[in-house]
Amino acid sequence: MNIIVLIKQVPDTTEIKIDPKTGNLIREGVESIINPDDRHAIEVAITLKQELGGKTTALSMGPPQAIDAVSEALGMGIDQGILLTDKNFAGADTWATAYTLGKAIRKIKGYDLVICGRQAIDGDTAQIGPQIAEFLNLPQLTYVREIEEIDEKRIVVKRALEDGYERVESPLPALITVLREINRPRHPRVSFLIDACQDKAPIKIWDAADLGVTVQEIGLSGSLTRVIKTFSPKSKREGEILKGDTDDVVSQLIGRLHEKHLV
Amino acid sequence: MAITVDYELCNGCGRCIKVCPYGGIELKEGKAVLTERCTACGACIETCKVAAISSDIQEKEIPDFSDFKGVWVFAEHRDGTLNRVALELLGLGQTLAQGLNQELSAVLLGHEVEHLTEELGAFGARNIYLAQHRLLAHYQTTPYAKVISQLIGKHKPNILLIGATTMGRDLAPRVSMRLNLGLTADCTELTIDPTDGSLLQTRPAFGGNVMATIRTAYSRPQMATVRPGVMEAKRKDGSSGYRITEKVVKLLDKDTLTTVLEVAREEKKGVNLCEATIIVAGGRGVGSKEGMECLFSLAGVLGGEVAGTRMVIEEGWLPVERQVGQTGQTVRPELYIACGISGAIQHRAGMLNSRYVIAVNKDERAPIFEVADWGIVDDLHEVVPIFSNAMRDRKAKQGA
Repeated sequence: MNIIVLIKQVPDTTEIKIDPKTGNLIREGVESIINPDDRHAIEVAITLKQELGGKTTALSMGPPQAIDAVSEALGMGIDQGILLTDKNFAGADTWATAYTLGKAIRKIKGYDLVICGRQAIDGDTAQIGPQIAEFLNLPQLTYVREIEEIDEKRIVVKRALEDGYERVESPLPALITVLREINRPRHPRVSFLIDACQDKAPIKIWDAADLGVTVQEIGLSGSLTRVIKTFSPKSKREGEILKGDTDDVVSQLIGRLHEKHLV
Repeated sequence: MAITVDYELCNGCGRCIKVCPYGGIELKEGKAVLTERCTACGACIETCKVAAISSDIQEKEIPDFSDFKGVWVFAEHRDGTLNRVALELLGLGQTLAQGLNQELSAVLLGHEVEHLTEELGAFGARNIYLAQHRLLAHYQTTPYAKVISQLIGKHKPNILLIGATTMGRDLAPRVSMRLNLGLTADCTELTIDPTDGSLLQTRPAFGGNVMATIRTAYSRPQMATVRPGVMEAKRKDGSSGYRITEKVVKLLDKDTLTTVLEVAREEKKGVNLCEATIIVAGGRGVGSKEGMECLFSLAGVLGGEVAGTRMVIEEGWLPVERQVGQTGQTVRPELYIACGISGAIQHRAGMLNSRYVIAVNKDERAPIFEVADWGIVDDLHEVVPIFSNAMRDRKAKQGA
């Protein structure tokens, strides 16, 4: 079973804080990590390979430093990695990103399963998986919380719904996006990590020319949407701090709630 | 492609630094200078008031979109009932359609679902595209994507809104790639730009730390998935005249690439945070599972529900269906009482639309106080029981 896992290097947004004076993001000391959902995708790939044999490939699109994410995937046990990096890939919205990754998967060929994490913690869109599935004309299974059965012809999964689940069968090849509850990702092995950082590590670097894409189809040029502005979410509330001893404060609070007809 | 700053024009105002979420630009000796963290997202270009920042990409010509008209809302449903988000989007759709002076339509795919058209009409749809076929009875990606794409190709809407539910987030990106359309995910605010009539789509990114406003410049319809629980459903009073446009659907079994074997509901033990009018929420400050009891008491006497931050769920003090936040649920109760919650952005993202917010926290610097209407700087384990007792006494006096 040949498996491609899509991974992304992201800033650890759970550690990001806002400077209370300026309202800006404090970026110092925020680490770059493999997107958390993607680590679960990597774990699925490694587990399936252990059960069914075959080859696993980690594929990522990002700036040159994203190679660390690819190396870490190899450190966890993925067989080989491909990093798509080119300054012309920069500024891509999800459409252009999915197009670029899709072209790379087409170039890789010979795969049975493409696995993505549900969404990245910086973009938060959850669009890349389904967009790539459409580009490659693959059946898609999103929000996968469990793989029930899999062989070289088909896969059966449990998909999470808001109020329950759905069991769905799909022929292979297919694309799935997985939730964190599907497994517990292993830690990288030091010896694998060391090998992954050597010159002879099985990591390829591809640029736009390798994919045969033109500048207009990728990056900011190929994007259909534009970011107009970004800003910190602001609060519109007055924020009255009630003063006094506990009984007094509770009594004031109830008074306020009464005025607003809440009690 | 590269972003460049023209140092002659740059006046060092620093606006670009403020809008960059990546640390990709900084001020050096009074001029804006790009760092290696720049991802070329282009937000700084739009923000610069002296046009000092530009990119070397050739901006494509914006095509003539004047024949794309109409605001469409995807009417999500299951087991014979509409998902509330469809009604919320119709409420938003009414405002957008009015602003554009275009018609609001609902798009209803399914099998034996005609009975849903009345509710769609009552909540604002003037036209309902009704596409029925046995292969649309239960949602599956490819038959739904195929039919919607055909409808779009034929009728050319200006805007298509889909709820950011598991169904919507499975369907929308598939349609967007099929038709080469820009798609913005999980929007919390949508307005019409008065200068050119385009849709301004605002959404949280970076785990909720940043809000981004996005324009779909190069494709129509403008597609957006919209976060459930944020927009307001608006029942139309008076006559809710609407018409049904029935569409002939041609689908084959092979169009459904996958097979649904079983659908099962999992009992959530009766927690419905989305409908709760009062929510009592606990955070790290609660301290333990036992510590949650006083919150349950307060919720009981107020007639509300109990919720918690991600940390509380991860510690096992509350089950996952009670989580509020960026990765939990978004709620908009009349009253949200945050106890022992610091107010991290990821949690705030889930409750900012509450009508009124009370915060109780020992730490006066906790960010939760910035988003509260009333704050109490005190130990919740003191305050909450006194609050519960006072409310009980009050109710007894009122003879309730």
